[in-house]
Amino acid sequence: MNVHRSNAHRSIVLAVTLAGSLSVAGMHAACAQEAEAPPRQHWSFHGPFGTYDTAQLQRGFKIYREVCATCHSLKLLAFRNLADPGGPEFSEAQAATIASSFQVTDGPNDKGEMFQRPGKLADHFPLPFPNDQAARAALGGGLPPDMSVLAKARGYEAGFPWFIFDAFTQYQEDGPDYIHAILNGYEDPPPAGVTLAPGTQYNKYFPGDAIAMPKPLSDGQVEYTDGAPATVEQYSKDISAFLMWAAEPKLDERKRLGFQVFVFLLVLTGLLYFTKRRVWHDVHHPAAG
Amino acid sequence: MSANSIYKPQSPLLQWLERRLPIAGLVYSSFIVYPTPRNLNYWWTFGGILTFMLGAQMVTGIVLAMHYTPHVDLAFNSVETIMRDVNYGWLLRYLHANGASFFFVAVYAHIIRGMYYGSYKDPREVLWILGVILFLLMVVTGFMGYVLPWGQMSFWAATVITNLFSAIPGVGDPIVTWLWGGYAVGNPTLNRFYSLHYLLPFVIAGVVVLHIWALHMVGQNNPTGVEPKAEKDTVAFTPYATVKDAFFIGVFCLFLAWFVFYIPNYLGHSDNYIPANPGQTPTHIVPEWYYLPFYAILRAIPSKLLGVIALLASIVLLAFLPWLDTSRVRSANYRPLYRQFLIVFFLVVIGLGYLGSQPPEGGYVIAARVLTAYYFVFLLIILPLLGLFETTKPLPNSISESVLPAGSAAPSGAKV
Repeated sequence: MNVHRSNAHRSIVLAVTLAGSLSVAGMHAACAQEAEAPPRQHWSFHGPFGTYDTAQLQRGFKIYREVCATCHSLKLLAFRNLADPGGPEFSEAQAATIASSFQVTDGPNDKGEMFQRPGKLADHFPLPFPNDQAARAALGGGLPPDMSVLAKARGYEAGFPWFIFDAFTQYQEDGPDYIHAILNGYEDPPPAGVTLAPGTQYNKYFPGDAIAMPKPLSDGQVEYTDGAPATVEQYSKDISAFLMWAAEPKLDERKRLGFQVFVFLLVLTGLLYFTKRRVWHDVHHPAAG
Repeated sequence: MSANSIYKPQSPLLQWLERRLPIAGLVYSSFIVYPTPRNLNYWWTFGGILTFMLGAQMVTGIVLAMHYTPHVDLAFNSVETIMRDVNYGWLLRYLHANGASFFFVAVYAHIIRGMYYGSYKDPREVLWILGVILFLLMVVTGFMGYVLPWGQMSFWAATVITNLFSAIPGVGDPIVTWLWGGYAVGNPTLNRFYSLHYLLPFVIAGVVVLHIWALHMVGQNNPTGVEPKAEKDTVAFTPYATVKDAFFIGVFCLFLAWFVFYIPNYLGHSDNYIPANPGQTPTHIVPEWYYLPFYAILRAIPSKLLGVIALLASIVLLAFLPWLDTSRVRSANYRPLYRQFLIVFFLVVIGLGYLGSQPPEGGYVIAARVLTAYYFVFLLIILPLLGLFETTKPLPNSISESVLPAGSAAPSGAKV
């Protein structure tokens, strides 16, 4: 239609490439002072057809319950979520049993007093500490973050040009990669020449390399009943997957619906394209008319 | 232009209505028989895409507003409730958040089109200025929307941006206090941002009506920049433009769907999933990607007041393009030098976008200053001078001459 159009397209490609090479020059300087980038893991929920691994989420929940829950809250989640489709998918009876094993605060009752009772499906996970100040007081000043959206609230910059490739490969797992890396990034004793503030541990993946949380997991600490290896590596993958589910509980549904929407849009756009060609045929080929 | 736009309805009911409110006739003349240049390329579909996106943002936004709570203690969790417990709430929110980004993708493509093909020149100055006003309104609306989830980036973006007003000599601090509704960003700030975020899209819709009205007064520009002279230079809006727009809206939606369904948080910042905490400043406060070039300009200038002025000027100057550009030739296809300088200008804006995402230190600041200088030198010096000294290529005599093979231009092919 227009000979100049291809030139315009080429210019845009050029623009992006040039801007890119500019960015590469800057990246190295920026990377130097950051913590080490977490190694990328294989996740069952990666990619257009990725789904959560139910058994892995159940193992991850066991770790949350037996290890993390001591300090970290999960306040946006209710016990009923444990039975939701696309989650750990405990049966409703199992979820109710889990709920009843937690004590939650309810009230005020008829006497105007708050009281403790076993949890129900509709209750949210109880807080390990009554408030942030209590947590800080008990833990020497550190405040363990709530874990409900932690897997989306953490991540790292892939840097240029990787962040462009990530859009095409659908890489969205920097959060679980980061959590997995933190759990495997402890080094005791710290490398030579590193002095740590009191109450902190060396962790090469944590920004600043000094983390207040003591190494939470060690081999054999949590008992698995499904034959999965009882190693820190396996634990950290399972808890990261569980936390990704906690942060993004509708992921399975989203990707399933996304595929349907894609098929629909491709057919619709294809039909519109051929309609457009048909409608414009006489304009492009006036001699034939 | 209105010769073939006389609308004679067949149905007695429509005839009755037409004598009282000629709305069907308005639609007929504006969106059916409206003549549109036959040589428009796909860059011209972004106007339709923008209208579509405005509608989509309003529909998703109104439903989100039914579930959102504008209170500092409740906002973050109410968004999470939408994500978890509202039916298809996750879809509404991801559509709205990514839709905002794609709204800006479309508006930048629309602006690039306008600058490349000289769409702002006589007689389209008012059309262009309305466009700059629309862009400013979008920037303000998008910023206020980003504050609503009340995460760390929401809070600190609100703090940084409202603080810009404190640069105004004398009255700066009282103005900031007035904007905040208090002595810090707090609940009154969140409430008014929510109110304005709901209001401004309707203001945008109103200005869009003016924008389209002005467009239909002067007609569309086209890749040659030569005005249509004969009937064979144009085709009817329906079906030609409508089907082409519909096809490209489909393509655009495929891109949007890729982000919404597969990488919904790719364009966001992970810190915004941390609830706002006035006591803890994030390591790097960065705005959404679509503001990064302007953010880089702001930070490139050592003086706060001058930085704010440069930031404003970088957008407001665009409204003066019809007078800054002294060339009579519209399309960059016939202006070899302008084309080079303009492409460098676009590269510079992309470069500024990258620098806006980096910490303001060392080489980044120097690079940002160089690129900022080019931004303004291009608009204020290169553009006025080019029109005086540039040798342009010969323009085609008409649109049909530019697109039809020589000799075949005789009969009118455009008629249905």
